[in-house]
Amino acid sequence: MPVITYREALNQALAEEMVRDPNVLLMGEEVGQFNGAYKVSEGLLARFGPQRVIDTPISEAGFVGIGVGASMLGVRPVIELMFWSFYSVAFDQVLNNAANIRYMSGGQINCPIVIRGPANGGTNVGATHSLTPENVCANHPGVKVVVPATAYDAKGLLKAAIRDNDPVMFMENTILYNDKGEVPEGDYIVPLGVADVKRAGTDLTIVAHGRSVIHALQVAAILEKEHKVSAEVVDLRSIRPLDEATILASVRKTHRVLLVDENKPFCGVGAQIAYLIQDQAFDDLDAPIKRVSAIDAPQIYSPPLEKEQMPNPQRILHAALGVLA
Amino acid sequence: MSKESTAETGHDIAVSSVEGQSALAPINARLTAEQRIDLYRTLVRIRRFEERSLRAYQAGKIGGFLHLYIGQEAIAVGCCSVMQKDDQVITAYRDHGHAIAVGMDLNPLMAELYGRVTGCSKGKGGSMHFFDPSRNFWGGHGIVGGQIPLGAGLAFGLKYLGRKGACLAFMGDGAVNQGAVHETFNLAALWNLPVVFVIENNRYSMGTSQERSSAGLSLAQRAAGYHMAWDTCNGHDLYAVREKTAQYLALARDEFKPSVLEIDTYRYRGHSVADPDKTYRKKAEIEEYQKTRDPIQLFQNLLRGAGVLDDALIAQIDAEARTEADRAAEFAEASPYPTVADITKDIYWEEDHPEKKVSQGRIVFD
Repeated sequence: MPVITYREALNQALAEEMVRDPNVLLMGEEVGQFNGAYKVSEGLLARFGPQRVIDTPISEAGFVGIGVGASMLGVRPVIELMFWSFYSVAFDQVLNNAANIRYMSGGQINCPIVIRGPANGGTNVGATHSLTPENVCANHPGVKVVVPATAYDAKGLLKAAIRDNDPVMFMENTILYNDKGEVPEGDYIVPLGVADVKRAGTDLTIVAHGRSVIHALQVAAILEKEHKVSAEVVDLRSIRPLDEATILASVRKTHRVLLVDENKPFCGVGAQIAYLIQDQAFDDLDAPIKRVSAIDAPQIYSPPLEKEQMPNPQRILHAALGVLA
Repeated sequence: MSKESTAETGHDIAVSSVEGQSALAPINARLTAEQRIDLYRTLVRIRRFEERSLRAYQAGKIGGFLHLYIGQEAIAVGCCSVMQKDDQVITAYRDHGHAIAVGMDLNPLMAELYGRVTGCSKGKGGSMHFFDPSRNFWGGHGIVGGQIPLGAGLAFGLKYLGRKGACLAFMGDGAVNQGAVHETFNLAALWNLPVVFVIENNRYSMGTSQERSSAGLSLAQRAAGYHMAWDTCNGHDLYAVREKTAQYLALARDEFKPSVLEIDTYRYRGHSVADPDKTYRKKAEIEEYQKTRDPIQLFQNLLRGAGVLDDALIAQIDAEARTEADRAAEFAEASPYPTVADITKDIYWEEDHPEKKVSQGRIVFD
């Protein structure tokens, strides 16, 4: 099976879906002539032309709203945000319009849009460029939220997201763009709402999404080698819809849980998972649910401090040992 | 297509046609007597529906906001009456007139105001969120200016899909100061989108007059900054509205040139029924508009003069409109509410189409 990068996997998904369905188009800042700020859309303009790969001015509210409006007629836009942080200037269009139009019309309309782009810290770009708003988006009935951690999941989930008739918020990670993995050539999808046990184990459940999955796997290897602990890593992949069954099955097996994500603590994704587990698997727990989040402050610039602010293998390991104690 | 202006404020320059002159324009001259009567009837039906819904609101049947279209009827009727098959329309929350003008039945509209499951949005939207995609009517939106990018998106979609149509994107005078509107003006001009941005300038953005909210000359003239065509129109003159709208729809549809059309109008009621309407304008001003510039009265005068309407027909149309509005209220009153189980339906297309659902997992939480 070919080994390609997460970035290339996204590129393949976009290209394949654009071939499959002429209604699919890509729009965003620098997606065309520049070949993408992070090169995710490299080559697509040359291949599909300016009608379908559209460079936008810096007008997120304008072009996200245009995408939503066009989707009401059956166009299927993939709207790139250069940073998911920029969603804030388009909040009304993303989380008022796209999320609510179906409901407010009593089910007469649907908005089959995908909004995608990197949602991550760790690149020293400071507080206004480092948002991870999967928790904020997931708080809005009407949207779906997806956060792939691997190249395989990125391609399969993006294809599923593009085919989904509801608005999908698709969150990538600039640091993961270069990660390599086995990705089948050709068509396959990863359905939304299905978590993936990336590593099976018996002593501890680590639930994570996005880059935290990669860190969790590193920690699981250390736990095995140096502490004789068998940790199970559950990659959510999809925040909304949420695969509750896989999470709960893991907890019932291991009886100890550590939640890891890059959100700030208050109302991060972990808060919702913790509620679920204590509500549905209270008697299966041998210890309180613990969580590793970002340290609760706007994202700091100073590079070594940002590393410490974010969940990292050292902090995750320390927390894991705490749950196991 | 651009208009020059030397006036100080928007409403001073709005009258761009002598009332009645536009009757001669081909789009109006070729109307049959029956079609003219029908236009008049729609004006009256909107007026009576609005008055009936106001009484229902005062009787406690309607919750939330009610933004009445009384006084502005000629805009919705005029604009929607010149739409062609693939033209689309979207507006803000003062949407009852547009809904009726595109042909929606009054029963589901009133039922929607009453929050009943028989409402056009199943009781889930309310006054600000009437929609009918089958009539190319895309709402009904609550956030000022938020519908304008959507309107440009409808235009974008028409162009992308190769459909020969344009979008009428309505907003009020207050909306032109929203950032999203400026972004959309730029995008429409840059991308040659088939959209006509219609500003229904009733002179007051809730309680704030145009003079107190908008810098510069006429609102539509801002279009010049984006190299877009713009014009003004007398919204008390139904024929003028038809003439101008048809002209700019054709410009959009045939040449992919967007435009901004500012239509001068007036509302007799407050911003919404909750607005005491005492702090920002004088009663004498309202009465002056009602006496001398009422769009329904003016159109009635024209049709009387042309021998198309007489006292009997005017009375009959009025009686029928009142009855129709009353029937709608009866229908609404007799209709059931949605159930608690209904609250979590119509959120996701996939959940509403389980046989086609691909995703798994939990999507609605408790």
